[in-house]
Amino acid sequence: MTETMTCQADAITPELLAEADELVSHYPVSKRSASLPLLHLWQNHFGFIDDSGVEWIAAKLELTPVNILEVVTFYPWFRRERAGKTIIRVCRTLACAMAGSYEVREKFCQSVGIDPHCHSHGFGEAPPTSSDGNFSVEFVECLASCGSAPVALINDELVENIALSDVPAIVDQYK
Amino acid sequence: MVSLLPTPHPKERRIIFGNISKPGYAPDIETYLAHGGYESLKKAFTMKPGEIVDLVKAANLRGRGGAGFPAGAKWSFIKYDDGKPHYIVVNADESEPGTFKDRYILHQDPHQLIEGLVIAAFATNVHLSYIYIRCEFPKAAKIVWNAIKEARAKGFLGKNILGSGFDLDIYVHQGAGAYICGEETSLLESLEGKRPYPRIKPPYFPAVLGLYMKPTIVNNVETICHVKHIISMGADEYSRMGTPGDGGTRTMCVSGDVVRPGFYEIPCGGVTLGELIFDVCGGLKPGRTLKAVIPGGSSAKVLRAGEVFKMKVKSEDGQMIDKETPLLDLVMDASSLQAAGTMVGSGGVMIMDDTRDMVWALNNLNQFYAHESCGQCTPCREGSLWMSKVTTRIMDEGAKPDDAKNLKNIADNIAGRTICAFGEACSWPTQSFLAKFPDEFEKRVV
Repeated sequence: MTETMTCQADAITPELLAEADELVSHYPVSKRSASLPLLHLWQNHFGFIDDSGVEWIAAKLELTPVNILEVVTFYPWFRRERAGKTIIRVCRTLACAMAGSYEVREKFCQSVGIDPHCHSHGFGEAPPTSSDGNFSVEFVECLASCGSAPVALINDELVENIALSDVPAIVDQYK
Repeated sequence: MVSLLPTPHPKERRIIFGNISKPGYAPDIETYLAHGGYESLKKAFTMKPGEIVDLVKAANLRGRGGAGFPAGAKWSFIKYDDGKPHYIVVNADESEPGTFKDRYILHQDPHQLIEGLVIAAFATNVHLSYIYIRCEFPKAAKIVWNAIKEARAKGFLGKNILGSGFDLDIYVHQGAGAYICGEETSLLESLEGKRPYPRIKPPYFPAVLGLYMKPTIVNNVETICHVKHIISMGADEYSRMGTPGDGGTRTMCVSGDVVRPGFYEIPCGGVTLGELIFDVCGGLKPGRTLKAVIPGGSSAKVLRAGEVFKMKVKSEDGQMIDKETPLLDLVMDASSLQAAGTMVGSGGVMIMDDTRDMVWALNNLNQFYAHESCGQCTPCREGSLWMSKVTTRIMDEGAKPDDAKNLKNIADNIAGRTICAFGEACSWPTQSFLAKFPDEFEKRVV
């Protein structure tokens, strides 16, 4: 609870600031181009993007906060709420679905203690998260690995050819 | 990871995938240089920029991202000396369902992309370039970024590359989970830091007004990689690998109900659908029969097993005549698939056997398009959602007698009425599934 009371912009480290400046320097023609990179940086650092993040990035790029907020709410990747420490993104689209990805998502949910009937409604809402805060599980659209379906992106790692019986052992690696 | 066959299938010709999945091959620059890397760039610097553009034109290289536009023609829209800054943006937002080729290039052979990109930039007077990588490839972004730093340290990027006097900076830009950003003008809006709504046409090409409203080329990863090989092989040898108007090799990504799904690099027009399924991919699973094929990414119109197409071919006396071509004899190149009413698209071939339910498959795709519509144009924003709602209800509760008619009506009122091609992309599955498999919708009526 105290965590949500604190604002993220008060906790910017010198390292984060240096990284932000470096990213802005990649766009010599227009600073506004750095909005996605700064949002990624912010979300990777703080876990999600609060109002102070939207305002800080807007100020950094000499924009108004709505210019950043409209980007945050458009893209499925950005969150306005904290998600689990490990995020399991199961591919939902045709080739993976043909190979059983619906059952795979359910099995992941059961293995980490999430009700499989829960889905995020988008617009920055965090994906369904286990009560201990360790895992989130969600469906995402095609992960471009249809030849090794079904697949899931677990944090930065692509896991391929997932058999239902593999799921508990995969989850154990992230506990 | 999908691994390639240890030795190429006789139908394969690995140019782009020559080093991918090879034991001991790493994405670092030393490995690349040991395999002849950056030699094409040195050769390109001995040529005039205009000669390189002409070479790419003569090679008949078509874009490998989905639209299949001739790459050389796209480049020639850029006026070399117009005094404006020019940009090249590499589209590495690979997200068309069924397509999974660029992922392997980015992860395993990033210098091949960088070398092709430096040559393309030199040919079109570009000094600043971005590689737009979808954020679901987090490792690829790190690998490509690292490769850029290595290339810069060796003098293949930055100021006065290899003493040529040519300067180029490349940066990686990560997307944020939206399929629409694969549409080139949406990608540019995204790169400008805005909501990625596709731009109204005209202007029809970013080559007129692109990134920051300056002339811009947007090319797919595989397309840019081909440039390196066109330089080293020459246009004649390169274009001979393909068919007239569709030169070189194309990576077919095969998924679904085959024994050996995977990516296969094959000369354009070098394989029929039947050979691809039953020979290259090892056939269907035991006891199954073929039901449907989506030949070029999920947006391509579906084909039904047993279909026969009337194709225009030249007879012995030079007359154009209609020839009956069964589905499995269809050549997997741009013109044949177009003649069959579909497209080669991004090379994503999805195979479905007799165990598959076509209404279920369409519903899966409709949910994809409903999720990914950017919401800018009303027909697509509303229509994609309604198509998804109707097919979801058919799955849950059964169909009403008018459902097929209504679905077709919705789809017909999206295609051609939107700013970008997503409108067609989301209508074609519904239109083609209804046309090719009407029985499956009828039998669900309750």
